[in-house]
Amino acid sequence: MVVMDKEEITHPAPPLELQRPAQPEPRQPVMISVDDVDFCYGTNQVLFDVNLEIPPRAVTAFIGPSGCGKTTLLRCFNRMNDLIDGARISVGSIRMEGRDIYAPNIDVVDLRRRVGMVFQKSNPFPKSIYENVAYGLRVLGVNKKSQINEAVEKSLRASALWDEVKDRLDSSAYGLSGGQQQRLCIARALAVEPEVILMDEPCSALDPIATAKVEELIYQLRENFTIVIVTHNMQQAGRCSNYTAFFYLGRLIEFGATSKIFSNPSERQTEDYITGRFG
Amino acid sequence: MSNARRTRNRIAQTISFWLFRFATYAILAAATYIFLDIGIKGSRTLFIPRAPFINVPFFTQGPQTLFVFDYEGKKYTLSDREFRAWKIAHPVEVEATSVAYSAGGVWPCIVGTGLLVIGSMIFALAVGICSAIYLNEYSQNTRSIRLIRIAILNLAGVPSIVFGLFGFGLFVIFLHWNVSLLAGWFTLGLMILPAIITASEESLRAVPNGLREGSLALGATKWQTIRKNVLPYAVPGILTSSILGIGRVAGETAPIMFTAAYALRDEMPWQVQRWTDFVFQGVMALPYHIYVVSSKIPQNEYTERMQYGAACILLLLVFAIALASIVLRERTRKRLSW
Repeated sequence: MVVMDKEEITHPAPPLELQRPAQPEPRQPVMISVDDVDFCYGTNQVLFDVNLEIPPRAVTAFIGPSGCGKTTLLRCFNRMNDLIDGARISVGSIRMEGRDIYAPNIDVVDLRRRVGMVFQKSNPFPKSIYENVAYGLRVLGVNKKSQINEAVEKSLRASALWDEVKDRLDSSAYGLSGGQQQRLCIARALAVEPEVILMDEPCSALDPIATAKVEELIYQLRENFTIVIVTHNMQQAGRCSNYTAFFYLGRLIEFGATSKIFSNPSERQTEDYITGRFG
Repeated sequence: MSNARRTRNRIAQTISFWLFRFATYAILAAATYIFLDIGIKGSRTLFIPRAPFINVPFFTQGPQTLFVFDYEGKKYTLSDREFRAWKIAHPVEVEATSVAYSAGGVWPCIVGTGLLVIGSMIFALAVGICSAIYLNEYSQNTRSIRLIRIAILNLAGVPSIVFGLFGFGLFVIFLHWNVSLLAGWFTLGLMILPAIITASEESLRAVPNGLREGSLALGATKWQTIRKNVLPYAVPGILTSSILGIGRVAGETAPIMFTAAYALRDEMPWQVQRWTDFVFQGVMALPYHIYVVSSKIPQNEYTERMQYGAACILLLLVFAIALASIVLRERTRKRLSW
């Protein structure tokens, strides 16, 4: 990973053609705000002074080379990093709708219900398709069959999986294809009606067709959910996000509307990365 | 490379190959010999050459003294009970040789071993699974946890006779439980506890982390996650490990000889005055019985019957329990795959 010298950059980057240029309003309400966050794994600091405001009902993409801390930041939002020994936010705070999610009085279980997550490696449970989607409701204590049935169908419809699986809800989730499994994981996250959905490279293990379906889904979901997606695939960020944050070596280099980041970035490092000069 | 050297290498290769092959087949030969020897000699006790072909008294009676005598040119080998009946029918004096424990059967021993296995496995699995869950799911890698792991490893290497003495000291003497099922359960359970913990932890670790994260990310608590999404998938592995545990529990003599086993007891375990006495009674057990009949009584041609019969039954019993566990495991496993 090398940042090029100024002399080597002779041509400005050709602007990427964006399928759906997003048009954000100038001033947005904030869903998640990240204030001066430093993050450490033990003594190894991986995030440096990150400031970020994630708007609601939009797709925000985190891009950047491997090891730049984008997944770490994503996993801060539902406190998944709590599971790792020695991992902690050393400085700064993360607030969701104004409330510090690392405050001692925050119920982590409830936070994770409100902030759903889709993982890089699709991880359906070794249960039936139906039970996968119903799982979140069951752990919340919902026992009414009709209520669960309704939520399962609604979630599967929302994740565009219903027509493919409606005749085999009772068969194992492992019988689904990779793309279907990932959409099942999205359906599972939708079933508990979260406000935010975090996606950690949801398409990295999928073929282009399955990827297109998941991207289409992400684009639809943004009407009702705040979505934060980590991706290595810059075209993907360009295609399905409204805002893009570029990270490099643990720092947030640039954050803005996707159309601006991709066509007219204000930082040179962003431009270098987006045009493929490094990373 | 010279030709001579090449030949030498080839010879070395062939020799080591045959050495390895021999070592492998030696195990098979030893196992075959043991099983055939016990199986053939034992089946002479277990089966009889006339209907109903199974030696029913051997499975239904307790051990009895064998009486051997000649009468009117005929040789009789009768068990205690039969001999008394015979004497009533024939009121004459006969010179009978008595051989202890060599007639009758091993029914109380089967029952005793069964009770010991069930009780100690319940104890060991309950404690073992709980500690495995704690170690693998909850604890962090601190100094004290590392110490506990070392302790578990060491405990696994402690000879069974030491467990026997420990159980004798703690349960039998200090807690005044006397020679009892309860003392045997705890002693045997503690003996296999390290194996159960290690294997359960291994099975828990084999459950992909993605399932834990996926569950937690849906707003499940840690305990819900473990109960619904980790433990069920670890059960097949835990069952596999408990198969080995059952084999050891059923076969160990040393831990029960001071804590739970009687050489001879006339009542069956359920013939107790109060039900609370149930756990405070000693029982007969197959491995201890084998030990008694093969080393505690004078050996002669009549003792072999009981020795091989009991050994064969023990093997069959362990085999049957192991088979049941395997069937159970496969049925659980069929529902899972990742």
